[in-house]
Amino acid sequence: MTVTGVAPPAAAPPVPAAVTARVTDRRSARAFVDTHVAPYADAYDRAGRVPEELLRRVAEAGLWAPFLPPEAGGAGMDWVTLGEVHEEVGRGCSSLRSLLTVHTMAAWTVQRWGSPEQRERWAPAFAAGERLGAFCLSEPGAGSDTSGITTTAAESGGGWVLNGVKKWTTGGQRADVFLVFARTAASIGAFLVPRDTPGVQVRPIDDMLGTRASMLAEISFTDVVLDRDALLGPSGFTAGMVLTGTLDLGRYSVAAGSVGIVQACLEASAAYAASREVGGTPLAKLPLIQAKLSDMVTDARAARLLLAEAGRLKDAGEASTIMATWVAKYFASTAAARHASEAVQIHGANGCSTDYPVARYYRDAKVMEIIEGSNEIQRMTIAGQADRERTG
Amino acid sequence: MTDTKSQILGFVRDRYPQAEITESQDIFALGFVNSLFAMELVMFVEKTFGVTIPNEELRIDNFRTANSMSELVSRLLAEPAVA
Repeated sequence: MTVTGVAPPAAAPPVPAAVTARVTDRRSARAFVDTHVAPYADAYDRAGRVPEELLRRVAEAGLWAPFLPPEAGGAGMDWVTLGEVHEEVGRGCSSLRSLLTVHTMAAWTVQRWGSPEQRERWAPAFAAGERLGAFCLSEPGAGSDTSGITTTAAESGGGWVLNGVKKWTTGGQRADVFLVFARTAASIGAFLVPRDTPGVQVRPIDDMLGTRASMLAEISFTDVVLDRDALLGPSGFTAGMVLTGTLDLGRYSVAAGSVGIVQACLEASAAYAASREVGGTPLAKLPLIQAKLSDMVTDARAARLLLAEAGRLKDAGEASTIMATWVAKYFASTAAARHASEAVQIHGANGCSTDYPVARYYRDAKVMEIIEGSNEIQRMTIAGQADRERTG
Repeated sequence: MTDTKSQILGFVRDRYPQAEITESQDIFALGFVNSLFAMELVMFVEKTFGVTIPNEELRIDNFRTANSMSELVSRLLAEPAVA
């Protein structure tokens, strides 16, 4: 593996305190985020990365893949609770939540589609955070249009040879293993590619609009030789299901993070509105500000309920969870973008500065409308559901 | 028609109320299946009949018709579960 074009960070981000308790639910997640994440998130944003110490704290808290079963080193956490946990992380830092999202996608894919040997090799390391995963789907010429990917995996000598370029890979600068989607002769396959495999080249992408500390990268694969067991899941017509299922979890986590952004906007705006006065009157007493706050409260609750319903359906193994997750992600991400804009508006010039976190929320929220399927793709899919279920 | 077949047909008809599908009709030939529906179909079969479909059984011929899916379920229920 080669790394090119590494830019020095703007400043070394601060080191969070030691972890004293594992995260098992929303309450413990909130405590973890309030102690270890939220106070430093603006510094991470400015530094363009999260420090290794925070990644270790996340591991100590058992946050990397708590949904994995205990025999794989996880805690068997249900999806409703995982959604609540990712919401809390997203409330504090969308960049860290993004790292959790792609790691979740890699870990779940191994657990769901991997052979017993593949699960034994990767799942415990994913659960412990000893190996961090990243998700490689988008390319320079293909984002939400997954049918346009051109990276290929050709069968050769009993294994595979991978060629292509992946872009906008969250956590790519740091991940130890990449879950790469590539064209095979039959369809699209999922391949686990360790970072140190010869022919893998990582180019950091810095200075993005939002989630600036999520350590994005462009990953090139040049004649990368992989063993036969690098392929995860079935080949043939159902290979697309691996991608569908992986993206479903990505959307679920992004929806949760978006709810967290709305909640963060609400908390920041309510605090600011209570303390800031205009003509001797607190902003919180002004009807136009009250309207913004009331909409934040309402949408936070609505988005949270949509997320919880998608999680409940996942826990029940119900097929309808996929569409429920589309709806939750669409609603929550648009709400996050809308309310982050209003949060900046409430803060006025202060909201445009680095003195308050709402500018970061605003930049991060825009990203939520694009990743794991743009909102335009989401609306097409949701409308497609309405069309296929019509009875007339 | 067995209960398994009727439940499978019920699921497909629920997703596509405007379509008329029989137990022997090839749903792929009818153009119904995309990766989203394939995933939903697999989740439905696993949830409804309490089976885990191993990767090697995720073949197109096992999912073409309600008949073939019913046979897959019967085969999996007859086999000891593999982790």
